[in-house]
Amino acid sequence: MGAATETFYNVIRRQGITRRGFFKFCSLTAVSLGLGPLGPSHIANALETKPRMPVIWMHGLECTCCSESFIRSAHPLVKDAVLSMISLDYDDTIMAAAGHQAEAILEETRAKYKGQYVLAVEGNPPLNEDGMFCIDGGKPFVEKLRSMADDCMAIIAWGTCASWGCVQAAKPNPTRAVPIDKVITNKPIIKVPGCPPIAEVMTGVVTFITTFGKLPELDRQGRPKMFYSQRIHDKCYRRSHFDAGQFVEEWDDEGARKGYCLYKMGCKGPTSYNACSTVRWNGGISFPIQSGHGCFACAEDGFWDRGSTYDYLTTIKQFGIEKNADQIGMAAAGVAGLTVAAHAAVTAAKRLTLKRDGAAQDNHRG
Amino acid sequence: MLDKMPQAVTIRIANDAARRDRSVERDVVYPYELPLRLWHWVNAAAILVLGITGYFIGTGTEVTPGEASDNFLFGYVRFAHFSAGYVLAIGFLLRIYLALVGNSHARQIFYVPIWRRCFWSELWRAVRWYALLAAEPEKHLGHNPLAQLAMFFMFTLTTVFMIVTGFALYAQGSGNDSWQYKLCGWVFAIWPNSQDVHTWHRLGMWVIVCFALVHIYAAIWEDVMSRRSSISSLISGEREFRD
Repeated sequence: MGAATETFYNVIRRQGITRRGFFKFCSLTAVSLGLGPLGPSHIANALETKPRMPVIWMHGLECTCCSESFIRSAHPLVKDAVLSMISLDYDDTIMAAAGHQAEAILEETRAKYKGQYVLAVEGNPPLNEDGMFCIDGGKPFVEKLRSMADDCMAIIAWGTCASWGCVQAAKPNPTRAVPIDKVITNKPIIKVPGCPPIAEVMTGVVTFITTFGKLPELDRQGRPKMFYSQRIHDKCYRRSHFDAGQFVEEWDDEGARKGYCLYKMGCKGPTSYNACSTVRWNGGISFPIQSGHGCFACAEDGFWDRGSTYDYLTTIKQFGIEKNADQIGMAAAGVAGLTVAAHAAVTAAKRLTLKRDGAAQDNHRG
Repeated sequence: MLDKMPQAVTIRIANDAARRDRSVERDVVYPYELPLRLWHWVNAAAILVLGITGYFIGTGTEVTPGEASDNFLFGYVRFAHFSAGYVLAIGFLLRIYLALVGNSHARQIFYVPIWRRCFWSELWRAVRWYALLAAEPEKHLGHNPLAQLAMFFMFTLTTVFMIVTGFALYAQGSGNDSWQYKLCGWVFAIWPNSQDVHTWHRLGMWVIVCFALVHIYAAIWEDVMSRRSSISSLISGEREFRD
């Protein structure tokens, strides 16, 4: 727990920066920010006394892919994020402490940093059977989540599980797993969706909060604007093939070899908000579309319940059969067309008989 | 002037403001003013373009070979869709204005007078007429109640829906700072996954297709069966009762 009280100053001293260097940094920063003569001492004071931001990292119903992604961050390196920038006080997957020792840290942080710590949640709580489908430290996870959320400053919802529900909330959702914002409504929640989210996006969000001491600007759906305000499609390097009308039509056709647009193969880049096409994965090596596979919108709400991964048109199940909008629409238009045709036929028949009747009556009269 | 009118015309039609002097000779009224007719055909053209291009936007066009820099097929398809979308949207706004300043027929597609008892009785008669059970049609100057229902629910409401979802989807490209997003971005609060908005927008297209089918058929059918001009009315503006 001693690490939690460490300040920025302690950390950079440990990394070999002299006190003189530290003051130089403070002066330079104060000048660049246009602060007055007392500026440098204010900054130095803040950095020397303000403890690093404590972070509690909890795991609900999840697969740990978010953690796996996080530890592969290259910019910044995850060791810098975890060991210098924040004070990761609790993360049951990677922490040294275990059992009661580990659980004690939760209570300690709650008491010591009331309203100051960030609660990072990976996975989500199931609500059915009073939350019995996810037991963590002998209690339902949802209880742990609620109690830790009470005193936190903000919540980071890691991944699609915490943000939208993901696979455990897919229909029929037997455990009634719900995203964090359905359980915690009185705290700011930063959604960082993706299955998993990109490592650099995760560390980027953490870096922003520690550097500026405030939460990043969020969009309408609670996602940081800096990473989620554009679609995969908007920055896709295959976009020119989309505009040109050059599509892959089979996985092994000429278009696939030429790197054409994967839209017809069901690529959901046009509806998926994420930074994959700019930040990419594994230190900027590649991302799905670059490897020839369409995006399947893993960062979007309910992406498991939108039919096939390889269909752009959503499967609609409300009609009892699995059809997409086109099939339903064409069926409806077909029925309308047939009705029209039948109606026209009946009308014609009726007119003919009327005419014949009329002619017959005329004959009678004649 | 009124006393010279043929007996076949009901009092309501006779009293209609759209009636003109020339109805003395023929049984003709003038329900559809020029701006309204212009709107109708511009709107029809926009819907045709929107339907066709929209279909291809959802499913993708045929593959154009060659360098990407030499082709812009899908770009043009989308451009046509967006342009026609603007024409439809602006036209719809003008149409609302027309409804406010125009005659009573210009207002018909914007409401269904379910509070009027005569609406229901006329609706029943219209159903019987279309089911070929009634010998004589009601002489409606504008739309009959059944048509009014279809216009309101299948055309007017669907068009509003298509304009709103259309601009919301457009905002995905123009960005979160665009006026389209500020105006229609709330759609994504209802459907957080924009794939759903695409799906609904596409279903909306099929509603319009069904409407167009029935609309065109009914217009031709009315022209033939009720001896009441229908298609030519939307060109000349005059409605002729040929019996």
